[in-house]
Amino acid sequence: MSDYAVQLQKAVADRTAIDALGVPDLATAYAVQRVLRDAAGPLVGWKLGVTSRAKQAQVGVSSPVFGFLAGANALDMGEPLDTGALIQPRCEPEIVFVLGRDLAGPHVTAADVIAASSGVAVGIEVLDSRYRDYKFTMADVVADNTSAGRFVVGTPVPPAGIDLRLVGVVLEKNGELVATASGAASLGHPAAAVAWMVRTMAADGEGLRAGDVVLSGGLTAAVPVAPGDVVVASIDRLGTLELGCR
Amino acid sequence: MPVTDAPAKARALYDARRTRVPIPPFTDEDPTLGMADGYAVQRELIELLLADGDRVIGHKVGLTSKPMQKMIGVDSPDHGPVLASTVYRDGDTIPLDRFIQPKIEAEIVFVLGERLQGPGVTVTQAHAAIAGAVAAMEIVDSRIVDWKIKLADTVADLASNGAMATSSRIVPLDGIDTRLIGMTLTRNGELIDTGAGAAALGDPVAVVAWLANVLGENGVALEPGHLIMTGALHAAVPMTAGDVFRAEFDRLGPITVRVGA
Repeated sequence: MSDYAVQLQKAVADRTAIDALGVPDLATAYAVQRVLRDAAGPLVGWKLGVTSRAKQAQVGVSSPVFGFLAGANALDMGEPLDTGALIQPRCEPEIVFVLGRDLAGPHVTAADVIAASSGVAVGIEVLDSRYRDYKFTMADVVADNTSAGRFVVGTPVPPAGIDLRLVGVVLEKNGELVATASGAASLGHPAAAVAWMVRTMAADGEGLRAGDVVLSGGLTAAVPVAPGDVVVASIDRLGTLELGCR
Repeated sequence: MPVTDAPAKARALYDARRTRVPIPPFTDEDPTLGMADGYAVQRELIELLLADGDRVIGHKVGLTSKPMQKMIGVDSPDHGPVLASTVYRDGDTIPLDRFIQPKIEAEIVFVLGERLQGPGVTVTQAHAAIAGAVAAMEIVDSRIVDWKIKLADTVADLASNGAMATSSRIVPLDGIDTRLIGMTLTRNGELIDTGAGAAALGDPVAVVAWLANVLGENGVALEPGHLIMTGALHAAVPMTAGDVFRAEFDRLGPITVRVGA
């Protein structure tokens, strides 16, 4: 499995896509991801992947996956995305949870996730599959840290009183509408997607910690970006986030 | 040049509505038919339906999303009348046997508070003229075989409108960003699709301005109390007897319809 990790790390360093690795199963895939995680430096949180029907259709799978967020891959608000550092970046709007306290265990629900969150925010995730043309199996994409590339998080607002299922989501590129959705596009409820991840992590004795940032899954299909593009994600009640590309 | 046989085409659609036997697309026989021809037939068809005692209580705007416009090969919406005989309310059972090949779409409907006549109507003026928004579903249907529609066919066929169902709760737009009104659609409790207001022409209020300006070219105004259907927020879903569809809109509330035999 460290051979898989080496090939993925080399793809990142070379900024060159590789053929899908053909990782045999999910257990192996998460072990590969663990090798990458241990080498990634300080972590700031987690991310869900393949949570929307649109995304599941796009990659041909039917259940979510998760990966880690390296602090080195965080963009600050207003900071441009250097597409030259990436292989084939695509952007998608997400609802982001900021944990106010630790949360772990095999029975965590969406309500627990909301109660443990100090804030929710609009986010843009920049995917960057290391596999050519985003062609991969479920195990391949998990090994590749669920295509994590870069991410930017807006100003969090308190989650109380917001029905995250229903908030409207609009993705624009260069002033043109790309897609719309509501929060339910991520596994029926973005907090349910996070709860799924926490329950899954519990099997390995892991969990979320206070301060962790969690990207709860793309809400629309991801849009490819190139230098000069400007992507805007708007989520009702959470705000608007703009990402310029150079 | 507008079609000379608009009355005959309108009669063919009128009969197809009554017998529920679809007809071949007009554009098969004459591929040159365009938007103006479609509206000429639509006007004749409305006359036939009004003569039966129906009433126009608003307008439906279709082809408001990029994917739909691409499919039909146009870059603007189309419109048709909302007929009083086709309006259902929240919780109603909608009988399949009223239709030929129905599909369902969740959309935002506006109730007009003030008269609005184009040309020159801005989005701001449209916003000010709207009394409020209502959660709604449209049943689209085509009287053309297998939905093989080109622009002239669907325009003639009342913009493929079949029926609508609306919630009775009219929500004023104060403080609401209509672009960002979120919507989830479920069928028998299972999530089918999601969307937001911007899916309709970038902003459903812009749909009202567009409609007022297009109708204004013919001296027609939008009247107080008119219902304006602003276009689907997602891809249309086929209907099967026994289905229960529920669309829930942030800020507007839910609407549920059952599909009868």
